[in-house]
Amino acid sequence: MTTRIVELRRGILKKNDELAAGLRARFQAAGVLVLNLVSSPGTGKTAFLERTLRELRAQGKRAAALVGDLETDNDARRLAASGAPVRQINTHGICHLDAEMIAKHLDGWEGLSLDALDMLFIENVGNLVCPSSYDLGERIRVALLSVTEGEDKPLKYPGLFNSADAAVITKIDIAEPCGFDRELALKNIREIRPGMRVFETSAKTGAGMEAWLAYLAEQRRG
Amino acid sequence: MHELSIAASIVESVSEAAAAYPGARVKEVRLRVGALASVVEDALRFCWELATEETPLRGAALAIETLPVILHCEDCGAESAIETVQSFRCPRCGALAADLRQGREMEIASIELEEPEPSAAAPAST
Ligand SMILES: Nc1nc2c(ncn2[C@@H]2O[C@H](COP(=O)(O)OP(=O)(O)OP(=O)(O)O)[C@@H](O)[C@H]2O)c(=O)[nH]1
Ligand SMILES: [Mg+2]
Ligand SMILES: [Zn+2]
Repeated sequence: MTTRIVELRRGILKKNDELAAGLRARFQAAGVLVLNLVSSPGTGKTAFLERTLRELRAQGKRAAALVGDLETDNDARRLAASGAPVRQINTHGICHLDAEMIAKHLDGWEGLSLDALDMLFIENVGNLVCPSSYDLGERIRVALLSVTEGEDKPLKYPGLFNSADAAVITKIDIAEPCGFDRELALKNIREIRPGMRVFETSAKTGAGMEAWLAYLAEQRRG
Repeated sequence: MHELSIAASIVESVSEAAAAYPGARVKEVRLRVGALASVVEDALRFCWELATEETPLRGAALAIETLPVILHCEDCGAESAIETVQSFRCPRCGALAADLRQGREMEIASIELEEPEPSAAAPAST
């Protein structure tokens, strides 16, 4: 018996990374800004997106959404009410989206042309751990956090918050009754991802949406 | 829990690489995993056993090297490892630092094979 060491130096998620790089090139060529929204279950991703899609539509922008869900198509139906093209990705129990699911659902999406879109939003499965390892080819990763779930979320999930390009604090209409400590939340986000843009919004009242939409427009141009 | 998908990806890559060495048994798989990679070591070990159970990799050990986060500081130019991932500050000057130089890796570094006898010809690498 002899022993042999074989050097591999291969990324464990190499396949996903390569697929994601292909998607990114495709999105860029089509001139579509792609965002990947990640948060815990119930943070308000769908509500935030509903509002975003409606307001973009009012501005004459063309946006679409892909929405990941473990079992149901409830979120897709809610989002489709905005009038935007929406497609459901049912992961059948898998706790995150991956690049292959995105590619598959884009290809089989009847009537959708990336060239005709300004923005594509991807609502990930509600989970703060697993989605952070899977590149979907997005240009902007958005981490969301609601005023009801504790100011220390960024400290508990640094893997996700550090990988994000922007953060959104949701449900600020109920910040006060929840005893939400805004300064502490902002400080924690800053400690994990210095310099990250933070938006404070309410899907219910529309507060903070203006700054968010301005950011989208700026990123779309940039 | 995405450790099962991760374990399955490792099994796939390692099986592919080991196929170039007929008759060899994989003794150990060595990983390099960044502290920010969102991989839970215990969960991965558990899933590794499940994922290898019915494969030729059954019984192969998993060695996991954890890589600390290394930050580059714009303020003082230092490049240093931080001890926790609760605060991304330069250990030398205390400034917040966003420039990550290490910490997200998820890599199969190498595999250790046990071969019946020294093979004469070097097999083609993949
Ligand atoms: N008060 C208030 N409630 C909100 C707001 N946004 C969402 N909610 C409520 O929070 C709950 C969850 O919202 P969703 O938009 O479904 O959350 P989600 O992140 O998409 O949830 P999953 O897809 O299951 O992970 C619902 O009951 C919403 O009505 C908000 O801005 N203010
Ligand atoms: Mg939702
Ligand atoms: Zn420094």
